[in-house]
Amino acid sequence: MAQMNMVQALNSGMDVMLGRDPSVILMGEDIGYFGGVFRTTDGLQRKYGEHRVLDTPIAEGAIIGAAIGMAVNGLRPVAEIQFADYIYPGFDQIVSELARLRYRTAGEFYAPVTIRTPCGGGIRGGQTHSQSPEGIFTHVSGIKVIMPSNPYDAKGLLITAIEDDDPVVFFEPKRLYNGPFDGDPTKAAVPWSTHPKGEVPEGHFNVPFGKADVARSGGELTIITYGTMVFVAMLAAATAGVDAEIIDLRSLVPLDVDTICSSVKKTGRCVVAHEATRFSGFGAEILSVIQEECFWDLEAPIQRVAGWDTPYPHAFEWQYFPGPARVEAAIRSAMEPA
Amino acid sequence: MRNPSRLHVPRTPARPGQAPDFSYVELSPAGAVARPEITAKSRDIGSLALELVRVLDDAHEAVGPWHPHLDEADLQIGLRHMLLTRFYDERMQRTQRAGKISFYMRSLGEEAVSVAQCMALRPADMLFPGYRNQGLHITRGIPLVELMCQLLSNTRDMCKGRQLPVMYHSRPGNIFSISGNLATQLPQAVGWAMAAAIKGEDHIASTWIGEGGSAEADFHHALLFASVYQAPVIINVVNNQWAISTFQGYAGGEQRSFAARGPGYGIAGIRVDGNDFLAVYAVTQWAAERARKGAGPTVIELVTYRAGPHSTSDDPTRYRAKDEPEHWPLGDPIERLKQHLIKLGAWTEARHQALSAELEATVVSSWKEAVTYGTLNEGPRLDPDLMFEDVFKEMPANLQKQRALMRAEKG
Repeated sequence: MAQMNMVQALNSGMDVMLGRDPSVILMGEDIGYFGGVFRTTDGLQRKYGEHRVLDTPIAEGAIIGAAIGMAVNGLRPVAEIQFADYIYPGFDQIVSELARLRYRTAGEFYAPVTIRTPCGGGIRGGQTHSQSPEGIFTHVSGIKVIMPSNPYDAKGLLITAIEDDDPVVFFEPKRLYNGPFDGDPTKAAVPWSTHPKGEVPEGHFNVPFGKADVARSGGELTIITYGTMVFVAMLAAATAGVDAEIIDLRSLVPLDVDTICSSVKKTGRCVVAHEATRFSGFGAEILSVIQEECFWDLEAPIQRVAGWDTPYPHAFEWQYFPGPARVEAAIRSAMEPA
Repeated sequence: MRNPSRLHVPRTPARPGQAPDFSYVELSPAGAVARPEITAKSRDIGSLALELVRVLDDAHEAVGPWHPHLDEADLQIGLRHMLLTRFYDERMQRTQRAGKISFYMRSLGEEAVSVAQCMALRPADMLFPGYRNQGLHITRGIPLVELMCQLLSNTRDMCKGRQLPVMYHSRPGNIFSISGNLATQLPQAVGWAMAAAIKGEDHIASTWIGEGGSAEADFHHALLFASVYQAPVIINVVNNQWAISTFQGYAGGEQRSFAARGPGYGIAGIRVDGNDFLAVYAVTQWAAERARKGAGPTVIELVTYRAGPHSTSDDPTRYRAKDEPEHWPLGDPIERLKQHLIKLGAWTEARHQALSAELEATVVSSWKEAVTYGTLNEGPRLDPDLMFEDVFKEMPANLQKQRALMRAEKG
């Protein structure tokens, strides 16, 4: 085991796969010589060469389109989109092509492409460097959607993504790259070395898709969340003094309905939280699943916490961010007696 | 009415009721365009993008440096594939009119593009077609029955009922799937070619788009990546003059040829008479060898004419001069190759009639077989359960659940 932050863990995951499988290649803007604007691919071009770690032009549609063609020709491309906010020029290639190739050819052609992209706010990124567009992709049939919340899961899930024969959009909450941020920007930053999930094996290992992680066991209330909000939920539950079970989904598609429902059936109370905007967000899908599967076990209405339905404002980042106070208020509502 | 705006709107040469006008199509005499070395730098051969490579002259002789000197047998094979494509198209158009299939797109007048280009490539080269390239499938020997079953969405449909008619694919034939969204296949073809180069293989990719579709960002993405990585790829722009109702000026062809997009990116660009089988073959062979030798990608503009409607849902008499097809200056590709073969003494009217009868009979017998595997309305049907397969490699729980619900709906 080694101590790694999330950037190092992701780098290690790609290093392991480049070393094991000659068909794996990396491509993206600034990822080669420079090692990526977040340093995620640092050193990999030096180690594996310019033919396997490709710097690309600033053309996301071309990156994804070319990655599809490479995958059809037997490679396993890992394409980095520098910010999730920049993914939209490649949207048609993801939705109409990558997601549907296996379907439209009845399995004759498929494209095992992994798209890595940093998401989320809390870094003073303004409205074009802070978005969490995962719900736009979970709505598309044919792609898997992943968002880890810690270094261990990041590496294990990324290896699983690269090995998967289906396309994967892999969101990396960039506020978590360097430490388990709990949503309070006034506190001193905490490094991953203080957290058990900062212990990461150096070699190959998998974290499976479709399996949520129970980040904290508890009996009074279930909080279903993922990404940055896992640590915000921890803080909020502690502040509220509630024995919460906190479920880190990790894998949005496929979704671990069993873990969600067995927890909600146990506690009877539930908060769903994500950083993305609320309206038509992925949280609405979770609420709907719980309503369908657990209605008679509920003691109180399900609460939903999300970003406001506005673009992510530069100057009002912490008023926008669904921080511990907003989650705590939702916990208190969910804990009200019937 | 006076229009005070300075906005330029491309001037359509002829609308219904007007005389056909192809004076805007710039022609070069047959044999007049020089043939550069395979390894020529794109910056040194920029004029190729503006001239028009032609081999067959008005007397049906093959002339000039681009004459590919094909065997008579190969020319006869080319004629056969083009004729079969045309008979297949005619028959499928009629079956759509009879309500047997929902939709069809002919390649009438453009048969040389797919057939000659495919013959100039190797079987292991990967093809990324557009929707009017059925000649590629025919030239690669995909049985008509297979194509027809796709049109019928029947029990032998390669797409298992998931795609609009004509959106074929063939893994064994190295022909990629047709999307329906325009130009998406172009950056994919470039990526495929990049992978071939990364793996050190000498296979190349070739892809097709109409001049209308070349307006999409994906076309420019493809040229950019092809240029940056010098990918072994041929990007073909089939300029058939019409994108449904808008003439090629609306795709940017009024100011500059489509082939000239290539030199703008540092890629060789060649404009060729798309109805001249020999010229299309020669130019494609040049570009393929160039790509295979690592000398870089090529953009080929095939100047041709969409002699029929865009699709079975289209009526061109509403937007273009009625007798326009007869005035197209580059003639018909099948007639031109036929006359050339006759000139060579390698073909006769009688042989042409006999071949036509044979191919028409092949189309009829193929159709008879295809419908035994089901049609849209009768005969054996695909199991609707199939709709839930191949969304992912393994079916996830939510799809298994929905499949069960759909079965319950059936009762």
